[in-house]
Amino acid sequence: MDDLLNEFLTETNESLDVVDAELVRFEKDPNDKAVLDNIFRLVHTVKGTCGFLDLPRLEAVAHASENVLGKFRDGELQVTTEAVSLILESIDAIKSIMADLEATEKEPEGDDNELIGKLNCVAAGQAPDGGEAIAQTDMLQAEPEPEPVAQETEPDINPTLDRPLRPGEVSLEELEAAFAAAPGPDAEAGASAGNAADDASADIASEAPAAESVASADSAKAPEQPVPAVAPAAKAESEKAEKQGGKSEKAEPSVATQSVRVNVDLLEDLMTMVSELVLTRNQLLQIVRQQEDSEFNVPLQRLNLVTTELQEGVMKTRMQPIGNAWQKLPRILRDLSHELGKKIDLQMSGADTELDRQVLELIKDPLTHMVRNSADHGLESTEGRIAAGKPPVGVIKLDAYHEGGHVIIRISDDGGGLNLEKIKSKALAVGLTSEGELDQLSEQQISNFIFKPGFSTAQEVTSVSGRGVGMDVVRSNIEKIGGTVEVRSEVGRGSVFTIKIPLTLAIVSALVVESCGERFAIPQISVVELVRASSNSEHRVEKLKETPVLRLRDQLLPLVYLSDVLGLEADPDIAVQQDDEADVAAGNDRQPDAKNDDEFVVVTQVGTFRFGIVVDRVFDTEEIVVKPVAPILRDISVFSGNTILGDGSVIMILDPNGIADACGDVKDENDEAALEAANAQDSSEKISILIFNTGSAEPKAVPLSLVSRLEEVECTDIERSNGIDVVQYRGQVMPILRISDSYELRKEGRQPLLVFADETRTMGLAVDEIVDIVEEQLKIELPSDCEGMLGTAVVNGMATEIVDVSHYLVKAFPDWFDENRQERAKSNKHLLLVDDSSFFRNMLAPLLATVGYKVTAVENADRALELRELGNHFDVIVSDIEMPGMDGFDLASEIRSDERWGKTPIVAISSHGTPQDFDRGRSVGFTDYVVKTDRRGLLESIQETLHMEGSAA
Amino acid sequence: MTDNLVTDVQAMGGDIKDSGQSFVTMIVADQLFGVPVLDVHDVFIPTKLAHVPMAAPEVAGVLNLRGRIVTAIDLRRRLGYPLLEEGKQVMAVVIEHHGEPYSLLIDSVGEVLNLADASCERNPVNLDQRWRDVSGGVYRLEDKLMVVLQLDKIIETGNGAIAA
Repeated sequence: MDDLLNEFLTETNESLDVVDAELVRFEKDPNDKAVLDNIFRLVHTVKGTCGFLDLPRLEAVAHASENVLGKFRDGELQVTTEAVSLILESIDAIKSIMADLEATEKEPEGDDNELIGKLNCVAAGQAPDGGEAIAQTDMLQAEPEPEPVAQETEPDINPTLDRPLRPGEVSLEELEAAFAAAPGPDAEAGASAGNAADDASADIASEAPAAESVASADSAKAPEQPVPAVAPAAKAESEKAEKQGGKSEKAEPSVATQSVRVNVDLLEDLMTMVSELVLTRNQLLQIVRQQEDSEFNVPLQRLNLVTTELQEGVMKTRMQPIGNAWQKLPRILRDLSHELGKKIDLQMSGADTELDRQVLELIKDPLTHMVRNSADHGLESTEGRIAAGKPPVGVIKLDAYHEGGHVIIRISDDGGGLNLEKIKSKALAVGLTSEGELDQLSEQQISNFIFKPGFSTAQEVTSVSGRGVGMDVVRSNIEKIGGTVEVRSEVGRGSVFTIKIPLTLAIVSALVVESCGERFAIPQISVVELVRASSNSEHRVEKLKETPVLRLRDQLLPLVYLSDVLGLEADPDIAVQQDDEADVAAGNDRQPDAKNDDEFVVVTQVGTFRFGIVVDRVFDTEEIVVKPVAPILRDISVFSGNTILGDGSVIMILDPNGIADACGDVKDENDEAALEAANAQDSSEKISILIFNTGSAEPKAVPLSLVSRLEEVECTDIERSNGIDVVQYRGQVMPILRISDSYELRKEGRQPLLVFADETRTMGLAVDEIVDIVEEQLKIELPSDCEGMLGTAVVNGMATEIVDVSHYLVKAFPDWFDENRQERAKSNKHLLLVDDSSFFRNMLAPLLATVGYKVTAVENADRALELRELGNHFDVIVSDIEMPGMDGFDLASEIRSDERWGKTPIVAISSHGTPQDFDRGRSVGFTDYVVKTDRRGLLESIQETLHMEGSAA
Repeated sequence: MTDNLVTDVQAMGGDIKDSGQSFVTMIVADQLFGVPVLDVHDVFIPTKLAHVPMAAPEVAGVLNLRGRIVTAIDLRRRLGYPLLEEGKQVMAVVIEHHGEPYSLLIDSVGEVLNLADASCERNPVNLDQRWRDVSGGVYRLEDKLMVVLQLDKIIETGNGAIAA
């Protein structure tokens, strides 16, 4: 039998059993929304799957009952016994069709128009009247079993039911008598009971409401009787066997023999027990190792082997490639593309990414939903695509990969993207938000509305999607396993859904390390290499001021000490003791105080960003089963989980992503992530950097935005005046500065200069040669104490000194401050600079100081707010927009909402300068919005702002 | 005392006849605390507690209880008592919160008491804020007072402390 069909049968049977039970619960308490939602989703899923398997009869029946359920859900329809019975009846009809389907692999002939008619009738709000109902039930009885095999069913039932009736069951004769006697809607219910008797045991529940009215009193107890938990496959099989009786054995049960469905809890228990077994084995091994020639040696060795195999086996039962969940998709999309009249190309990669079985099961439905959504809502119609100048074939991409202890599944399409306007109006219509709130929301937040229950922007309800089930189910299913789902969308370019699932139960290989006497595990997948660093080997940790770095194959590798990240304090005793051990191991006769001399660097890669984690010791790698941490520890971003090691101790698993974030580093954006960049709260900013040589051999650099011009002057034009070199330049005398006093200007030829202009003055900095201009993010890794230098950064792959321009400006114009003193005394304005990038803090703060502001610079919004708490007052606040944690927009709203700083003007600086950003900035309370690299603009803006403020006051 | 109790209850118009509740009692810094007996899954002597850096201070660490990882919360810290001296034996009471196992580290565990609801009083108004958050009432016993711990609060406030 077709795999797909096979799975469909097992799954649907399961779902239907649940629906049966839930419906009865629901009837008792029609106000229980959760139950109704659950029923609705299940029926929706059944309907959906039927559609893709080309089972029109099933789909039609399910669609009709879903309609009724939908009306219940929206409160448009009163929940009545009749209506529920009708739905139960349709479930029975589905079951009977499925039984045939299983036997023949084809949907039986016939149609269910009458049943559907009745359902639609109910949906329209009319009760099906009695006479009609009888007629319909007659039809119904005949319909689902039009084939000879099926027609034999009814007479077969009693013979196959060769056992005493259970309490709550009613014999077929009784039911038929009741059926004949009972009038109106009850009759139809009776019929449903009659049908239900087919699957004698599992359907007792569904029978109950009907039986209550027509059959004996004790049948009312039926719902309380637990529905036997027969494995669905086995049940389906027995059903079939019952139906066919002894008549034929030709259709061997094919579903049940190949595999056994085992409850995941059972596997989980097995797993736990195996872990216990492993522990005990390890202890035994330990004991035996201490005794020589023990008689236990041989049996223990065997135990060891068997245990290992058992452990592997049990682990294996849990893992499956994600491709298993994708198998259905090509077929589904093929059918969808016909149905929707769109051309769709499905590209899949990473199908062999292994996932825990349980996780896989849970994401299967969400994935299907999302791919369907992408096809239905995401991609435009073929005409639409051609009109938009895109290739007519829409592409849906599905990627899966492991990343830093998570499985990432990405579903992207190249369609029209999310229609934010539509989402907004829908959100307002549904009452999720108010007009006022909407204005405050970012595009990202608006996009997230699609994950709210009952939210669908599809214009009409189609059989594919648009009922508002879907994204909320997707989200709740994913969150159930501790994952997240995000959507990024670009109008006209498409949308990307990223599902991030923790490797909750997946097995990973991890490197066990020690820091300050405590052990931690690092997922092997993000470890690139291990470097042993000591003072007398070629690798050693160098400290540039406070920042540790490692020279590794011509690259500077930023380092973080694990003990710093985790806030661990070295226990001196342990440290010394370890040091001694290390000494002995290395055979070194080092000084005892050289404590940090021998260290291990775990070179770690997150995305494209590499950094080193410094630890005291490295142990073995170990296969571990990642377990999620308790909810109260979930906020600690440096851990991705915890696990129990072979020796029984619990160990925390480090999340390299979290550590990279914790050490304040920035990750390179790769192309794929470019779409995310606009919204990502990432402090990475690429700027143009001018690299040049002057004086010493080390390359030097300044941000290009600070340089006004590059000039070359004839050496003969350089004159000396007042102890400094000057050149006549554009009608002014321009001083020429040297990088250091020892630097010699050229004697002949042309002297290259970097011309800096600040306010009305210009100044030239003499250089040997201009090397290059590169576009890169500038991050000063090591601040410098050296005069005229801000610090060292890696530019173009080389350690480069960043020149402090303001230092030379002041040097060129010693009278600078005198000239400005008056103005300064007049203004003496206090300015607060909030920027997470140390480069910009270092660059802007002196610049602003030189033009006469008293500058306080802080690195994030929280620190800024702390200053507010401390009662500080500022005349103007200059804040970056993109900052980790609270961003500039939030900071501005926060400042505006409190009276202390409520009136202080705020100027936003950002590397993004789109009109939307400007508008948003203004709307949250920024006084002005300046592009970060526009230094002059910034100064003008601050001045203007202060001026306005002054005149307003 | 018993007389007073009856009068109190009658004065409040309460029903003297009550079924009562069973509590596992435990001692933390000489103070008696109670947890409903049905909430207690296990009592054991913890070994090999793994410290969790950066966690809230009351999180003592994580430990392995028969293959399950249990988060241990130090009740002394949670309730604002000084820590127990190093090397002293502690006990752990395992409870569950939203399906996750937690263990409360205590000094020692006492007997199971069946207490009449009538002897339970609401928190005194002058109770320490930290205690008021976690206390579900105080039982007057013969010779001492027993504070009923609200397990949800103990764990959830711990969560809040991390977020703050």
